[in-house]
Amino acid sequence: MSTQYSCAEQPPSRRASEFFAGASATVPLLVGAAPFGIIFGTLAEPNGLSALGAIAMSLIVFAGASQFIALGLLAAGASIPIIIATTFIVNFRHILYSANLVAKVRHLPHYWRALMAFGLTDETFAAVNNRYQQQGNLQQAHWFYLGSFLAMYTNWVFCTYIGLTLGNIFPQMQNWGLDFAMSVTFLGMVVPYLKTKPMLVAVLVAAVLAIVSHDLPHKLGLLLSAFSGIAVGLSLMMLENRKKKQQVGQ
Amino acid sequence: MNETFLIGGMFAVTFSVRYVLFAMAGKVKFPPWLNRALEFVPPVVLMAIIAPNVTMPKGELWLSPLNPWLIASVVAVITALIRKDLLTTIVVGMLTFAGLRFGLGM
Repeated sequence: MSTQYSCAEQPPSRRASEFFAGASATVPLLVGAAPFGIIFGTLAEPNGLSALGAIAMSLIVFAGASQFIALGLLAAGASIPIIIATTFIVNFRHILYSANLVAKVRHLPHYWRALMAFGLTDETFAAVNNRYQQQGNLQQAHWFYLGSFLAMYTNWVFCTYIGLTLGNIFPQMQNWGLDFAMSVTFLGMVVPYLKTKPMLVAVLVAAVLAIVSHDLPHKLGLLLSAFSGIAVGLSLMMLENRKKKQQVGQ
Repeated sequence: MNETFLIGGMFAVTFSVRYVLFAMAGKVKFPPWLNRALEFVPPVVLMAIIAPNVTMPKGELWLSPLNPWLIASVVAVITALIRKDLLTTIVVGMLTFAGLRFGLGM
């Protein structure tokens, strides 16, 4: 019943329908990302990043959380290598997403994989992962991915621009405590992870250490507390696993 | 000029992380302990960013029921635990913060 097409013979209509399905599956996630982008644009200039730099960062780096953190570090006077190292740590979570998707993309040419990697955000991963869980023809699912990525990308860059404009019209906006939007967004992202004891302890250790080490130069406290939290959480998890194995063994 | 280096460097590390496994197309496998360590990365890093922001919004430790950053964070966590919906958490957290800070002038 189903007709088998090779990549080259695929009718364009199927690509288009995948593309638009990807974009529309991403719309609810845009609602969450839009204020984020606007606030990034608003805070850029007060924190020492030029308007051009802010747009360029959204266009080229395209990674919301790390862009916010870069602003905070810039304002705190951190050096560029420190900001880049922190970006690396903050965005390292994306390797988890790519590890999940790699089996679905390995048949594609390199330029497709590079493009998809560039567009790999928390939101697009969520949308695309759903698509790949479905049965049926996944031959053209990379067009779904492209639709999701371009929806996120356009939205992010456009919202950065809106934020820059609003920040210029209302310069006092930087004193409104809008930075709290970032904290509250991250809190909302952290809570669903807190399902196991090792994870809870890891997060608490990171929180306390980040506060205690706040005055270290170059914001090194962030890296220190992240590594410590991960080390403590991993150790606890391995201890628990060993205990479970022993109980099973007895 | 500094911004060129900053953005170029941030792009290089971000894209590398996103691309490395796609480029190798699954020819490399992580040891299990590293896979487990990676699972801790997102929440731990995010928490290390948030904690100082909300407990020391003016540069010094401020653990008090009068600290709107802290109180709104607690409300946001409770909301996230009950509703499990990111957008609701953000909206409730922001409204609480705005109410405390501008409504009550805290």
